[in-house]
Order: sequence, then C-alpha cells, then structure tokens
Amino acid sequence: MNSNEIVIDVQDLVKKFGQFVANDNLTFKVYKGEIFGFLGANGAGKTTAIRIMSGLLEPTSGKINVAGYNAYTQRDLIKANIGYMSQKFSLYDDLTVRENIRFFGGIYGLSSKVLKVRIEELLSSLKMVDFKDDLISSLPLGWKQRLAFSIAMIHNPIIVFLDEPTGGVDPITRRSFWEMIYNVTSQGTTVFVTTHYMDEAEYCDRLSIMVDGRIEALDSPSNLKKKYNANSMDEVFVMLARNGKSVA
Amino acid sequence: MRIILYIIQKEFLQIFRNKTMLPIIFMVPIVQLLILANAATFEMKNINLSVVDFDNSLRSREIIRRFDASPFYSIVPTEQSVEKAVELVHANKTDAVLIIPQNFEKDFDNSIQPRVQLLVNAINGTSAALTNAYTSSILISYSQNIMLEKIGTNIVKPSSISTQTSYWYNPELKYSHFMVPGILVILVTIIGMFLTALNLVREKEIGTIEQINVTPIKRYQFIIGKLIPFWIIAMFELGFGLLIGKLLFNIPINGSLLLLFSFAGIFLVVALGGGLLISSSSSSQQQVMFVAFFFMIIFILMSGIFTPTESMPNWAKTFNHINPLCYFMKVNRMILLKGARFSDVSDSFISISILAITILTFAIRRYRKTT
Repeated sequence: MNSNEIVIDVQDLVKKFGQFVANDNLTFKVYKGEIFGFLGANGAGKTTAIRIMSGLLEPTSGKINVAGYNAYTQRDLIKANIGYMSQKFSLYDDLTVRENIRFFGGIYGLSSKVLKVRIEELLSSLKMVDFKDDLISSLPLGWKQRLAFSIAMIHNPIIVFLDEPTGGVDPITRRSFWEMIYNVTSQGTTVFVTTHYMDEAEYCDRLSIMVDGRIEALDSPSNLKKKYNANSMDEVFVMLARNGKSVA
Repeated sequence: MRIILYIIQKEFLQIFRNKTMLPIIFMVPIVQLLILANAATFEMKNINLSVVDFDNSLRSREIIRRFDASPFYSIVPTEQSVEKAVELVHANKTDAVLIIPQNFEKDFDNSIQPRVQLLVNAINGTSAALTNAYTSSILISYSQNIMLEKIGTNIVKPSSISTQTSYWYNPELKYSHFMVPGILVILVTIIGMFLTALNLVREKEIGTIEQINVTPIKRYQFIIGKLIPFWIIAMFELGFGLLIGKLLFNIPINGSLLLLFSFAGIFLVVALGGGLLISSSSSSQQQVMFVAFFFMIIFILMSGIFTPTESMPNWAKTFNHINPLCYFMKVNRMILLKGARFSDVSDSFISISILAITILTFAIRRYRKTT
C-alpha cells in the first residue's frame, strides 16, 4: 500500500508566535497511501503544523510542499486536494446530515450530478440513510465524527488531515473510526493524523513523536519500540516526552 | 457562481430554522415604527403652564381663559405665589410660568405698555423656544384684539405685511411624515448590519469557518454569499416597513419606489459590508456588538434624523461625506415626500456607490482564509 511517491515534503519548517517557537525546524516526508501519525502532548505543536500544511496558517520559514503544491503561493491548489477535520468539531448543528454534506460538497465545487451520487454513497457507507434528515445536533458524538470525516473526504482528496479526530469518544467508537481510515488508505489516500492516544499510535504506518515543537523520533511503531527497547508506544512516548517542558 | 448559491441556500436554511429570526424580522419594524414615530416628536402637544396672577382683573382672567381653552396648554395651579411656581418648575411639574403683575389691566386701559413675565424651563432648548413662541403668539393676538376693540373698526387699520404661507411637501406639518422615513433608514441598517455581522462571527465562535477556510473557496465568493441573504432580508424589511408606514401613518409615497429600492440596494451593500468588515476583525459576538453599536450611534446621530445636517459645524458636514446613513436619510425623505427624481438625487447615488465599492473591497480583503 505504501509507495515511494512523496505527497508531503517538509524541510526546516519553523513557526513562531512572537518569541514562542511552536514548530522548531520540522523535517519529514510523507508517502502516498500511508497513515502518518503525529504523536505529542498538548502544546507540542501538532495542531500548528497540521494547520500550516492545510493552508490555514502562515509558516514563518521552511520549505513546505503538500500534494505537489507550495504552501506559500499555491494554498488554494493545496486546499482543492486535501481534506481536513479538526479537533474543534465543525459541522453545522442546525443543518441536517444531508444538508451538511450538500453544502460542503457544493463549496468544494462538485457538480450537482457528482454531488448527488456522492451524497448517496456517503449516506449508505455511513449507514445513515435513515437519519439523513436529522439535525446534526441530535446525533451522538461518534456519529458526528464519522460524518465529519466523510465530509472531509467528499472531494476525494489526495491527503486528509485529521487533527485529534477521536477526542472524547470510547475505544469502540474509536475502533470503528479507524476502520474508516484503513478503508480510505486502501484506496490510495494518504492520512495524516495527530493523536495523543497510544492505541491509535500503534495503528499508524509511521509515527513522529513531537516534544516542545521538535520531532524527537520518526519511524514505524515497531522500529521505535525496538530502538528504545520498550514494550509499548506508551513507554517510548513517556521516555521521550519526559525530557520536554510541556509534560510535567 | 454555483458556490455562492450553495452559501446562500445554507444561510437561508439556517435563518428560517432559527426560531428567533422570524419574530425579529417582523416584530422589530412594527414596534420601532409604532413607538418611535409616535414618541420621537418635537411637536409641543402639551405645555404645562402655571399662571401667577397678581392683577386678578377681567383682562388677566381673560388671558388665562385663552390658555386654558387652547388644546396645547394645561394650566397647573399655583397658590398665587412665585415661589410655589418656581418650585413646580424645579420639580418638572410645569414647563413655564406666566407672571401677570398688578396694574396689568390699568396699564392696558391707560395705554401704557402692559408687561408680563414668562419663565421657561429651558433644559431642552428646542421645546423652550417653542413654548416661548406659542405663548407669545397667544399674548400678541390677545393684545391685538384689545387694540382693535379700543380703536374701533371705523378707523383705517395700519397696514402691515401679511404672510401667506404654504407648506410644501408636508402641508399638514405632520411630524410622522418626517420621522417614519427616517426610522425606516435606521431600521434596515440595524437589521441588516447586525444580522450579517453576528452571523459571520458566530461561525468563528463555533469553528465552522475553519472548515470553510480549508476549502478552495475564493474570498469574494464567501463574502458575497454571506452578504446576499441578509441583503434580501433587509430589502424585504424596507418594503414591509414602508407598508406599515403607509397603513398606519399614511406616509406619502410621492416618488418612484424603483428609485428608492435601487438606492436602498446600494446603501445596503455599504451597511452589510460594514457589518462583515467589523466581524472579520472581531473574534466574538460581544466584540461585534460593541463595535457595531459604537459606529451606529455616531452615524445615526449625525445622519440628520432629528437635526438638519445643514446646520451642523463644518467638520461634521465633512464627516457626513462618509456617513452612508446621511445619504440614505436624505434620499429616502426626498423620494417619499418630495417625489424626487433620479436627476435630483444623482449626487447621492454616485457617493453611495463609491462607498459601496470601497467597503466591499475592504470587507473582502479583510477576510482572511489564512492567519
């Protein structure tokens, strides 16, 4: 499933907010079809990096290429080719399932013919056909997250960025969310995900562990465990993060 | 274009699904017009007058009777003491005190110019001046009657200039005909501007704007998509307000409605664009309310709704070149009351169009998809 085709190429990414360095010289590559994880404590700079790659935030310096486009000059081209789902839940509570899908599909510029097909596809794959006219506010959180993920995928992007997509739900719901992630990667989409759940870290193909805005380690979960002589990702993470300021 | 339509459709779904929206759209104009058009008036309908009559003569009582008979005056009793009357003024229970001195009648009859004193509560200068004018005119007409009585009708009257006044555009001098068009301007501005501004910043607060900013949508598409729904609502509001004005206050509609709505259409781009500009620069609904309120107060008070802009100081007149409400206030009254044609208001059309283009450009540029 992984290929050598590079879809994200980041070199020496720096983001400063005043004196505070949120991203300190990040360098990494992400290949087509892989699940790439950003693991880190709160405030480690995961969200900042993901927002820069999605074109929501201006980087301070560094070379950033996403889906083959430059993150300084070609943001709208990047945006046409990526999906994004944030930790801050962002569907319209006062619109129905169908209306939400339709609206986001519409502003991604899908033709009404394609949009019609996509709506049916999404509803049936989410098993939400019976709930298509229910308001988002009436759905359980796990459903909303799955729907938000599907909407982030509505325009069949090359890469989808998920920023702590499963915050606040139980392990079983998280499990079914990850099944969806596997599903899209099997069709060639790259998934870039941030998390601080260790079980999710194990699901990633490759993982970079962030501490205080720096990447402390980057490898597959099994290699990381070997390298740090640990039994679980949890041990690896604690070992690396203990040296950082952001974890007590 | 299709992308803009998707935004408009979504906005309308949300607007009509919101239970507080429809009452706002329909109740606000009715309440505002009913209350303000009746309450915000400079007409003196009821002057409380205290008379301290030291003369107690036939003539002095005749004068009091004249005031009593006038529908504009209510006589507030005093106990024939100036101190008591002044107390009443202090307590705001009377607006003016008329003091008739002793020998008033005697002076009259001896052709010595009789004198009375009028004390007026002038906290509000305008109403004080009106009270003085009304009161003086009653006293003058009384003394003229007496003079004629004494001179007799057989003697040739001294000739004086007589004025034939005809009041144009508002012949009955109805204050509501002046105020209702003004209030309509305020109404559509407030509804349009606040709804637009609050709507955009709400998307910021709940975070949905992020999901829009991550799409390849163009900034102008987003801003125009946000503007059009509230533009339509505000235009509807103007029509609804005019209808109420016509039905309840029978305001004249002498000019072309097409001309009026065309001007309103451009004006609303300014008002709503301003609302979007404010909300682009704010991060919470509270902030938007404060900033929008700040500008609204200044623009409204300087717009000429109560006071003529022509008599404002020069700096204020200069400021009013960028006050959209001032243009619409003037044009709305001109079209409704005077039946002004396009050639009469073309200057204002040009100015408001320049403002519209400027503010829309600013609003689009100020909205940032990337922070």
